[in-house]
Amino acid sequence: MPHDHHDHEDHSQLDDMTARVMALEKLMTDKGLVDPAALDAILDTYETRVGPRNGARVVARAWTDPAFAEALTHDATTAIHAMGFGGRQGEHLTAVFNKPGLHNLVVCTLCSCYPWSVLGLPPVWYKSMPYRARAVSEPRAVLAEFGLTLPEDTAVRVWDSTAEMRYIVIPQRPEGTDGWTAEQLEPLVSRDSMIGTALAGVPA
Amino acid sequence: MNGPQDVGGRHGFGPVAPDIDGPVFHAPWERRALALVTAAGGLGQWTIDESRFARENRTPADYYGSTYFEIWIKGLERLLEERGLVSAGERASGQVSAPLPAGIAPLTADRVPEVLAKGTPYDRDPGDSRPVHALGTMVRTRNLQPAGHIRMPSYCRGRTGWISAVHGYHVFPDTSATGDRDTAHWLYNVTFAARDLFGEQAGEGDTVSVDLWEPYLDAV
Repeated sequence: MPHDHHDHEDHSQLDDMTARVMALEKLMTDKGLVDPAALDAILDTYETRVGPRNGARVVARAWTDPAFAEALTHDATTAIHAMGFGGRQGEHLTAVFNKPGLHNLVVCTLCSCYPWSVLGLPPVWYKSMPYRARAVSEPRAVLAEFGLTLPEDTAVRVWDSTAEMRYIVIPQRPEGTDGWTAEQLEPLVSRDSMIGTALAGVPA
Repeated sequence: MNGPQDVGGRHGFGPVAPDIDGPVFHAPWERRALALVTAAGGLGQWTIDESRFARENRTPADYYGSTYFEIWIKGLERLLEERGLVSAGERASGQVSAPLPAGIAPLTADRVPEVLAKGTPYDRDPGDSRPVHALGTMVRTRNLQPAGHIRMPSYCRGRTGWISAVHGYHVFPDTSATGDRDTAHWLYNVTFAARDLFGEQAGEGDTVSVDLWEPYLDAV
């Protein structure tokens, strides 16, 4: 896979890491530092329960419920927690709204902070050095690599998540969706549109 | 620290490979690493900033030469060793050679849903403290260069921006990285003109918004 040079150049490293992690897991289990069933429960949470469908529900509701959009603008933490999407890496939330002339993009240049409670685990590219290094300094070039070219007169606002505040982008509602319900709109909201590297989908 | 983690605005890393629908893990060991690090965090023996510092406080060659989850594992090994929970000797032999210190209890499976759903709020009661800076006022970031942990990227030190949000009274990472769970300061969002940070090649109307604590800021 072109995104991962380690797969190509250094198979032994992956093998070394497999051995290293297995050994550490066994040692921590033997010492009573981890419960193996807890590891499975953690993975089950983030692989089957908590993911970007949570965020899509937030966005679709914001598009269809003006009172909720208002609440989200003023206190996203309370508004999103009230939907049942709280917890780890989502304790404090800010929703940033795209609008005509303004596009928002989220990054964490210092590590990989990401709103797990609404978007799940971060994609590989979000944690990569090219994205972390360049999203702040040349966001338009980065967006072009995602196939997104914004009009020159659309300002880009980049949010660098340096604290425990997590950011979710509320993309603009696609045209041609008048009268759609929140349930109909949810599939148009991709993970990347809530990070800001894509727009919400166009209805088929 | 002026460490390898502080990459905002750095050149030479090449293009982003979007991999829109790609997996979040490259290999099975990465899944285990994520679970192991998350479960170990549930021991309550270190703060999020201590774990960040354990990952970033290493040579640039080590940091940039390691994959993402490899850094997580190296950070975990360091924390376990520093806390006397798993020694280097135990890792080398694969055999338990010393008992755990008293009072250490693993995160059990039955508590996982509750712990993950609850999270760890980072805001604290400000008491009589009030934020020094008001929404819309101009601030200049301090030229801080500590060898320890800090969450102000180097690209925005000594720069002028405006207060775009007053988030609340939040745990201070610089002290949290030494195990202090209580010290907090007012946390703001500060917005900078992109050209003030990255020069004329930045878009004219573009901005960069960064969350910064009061000890990082001076009024202008």
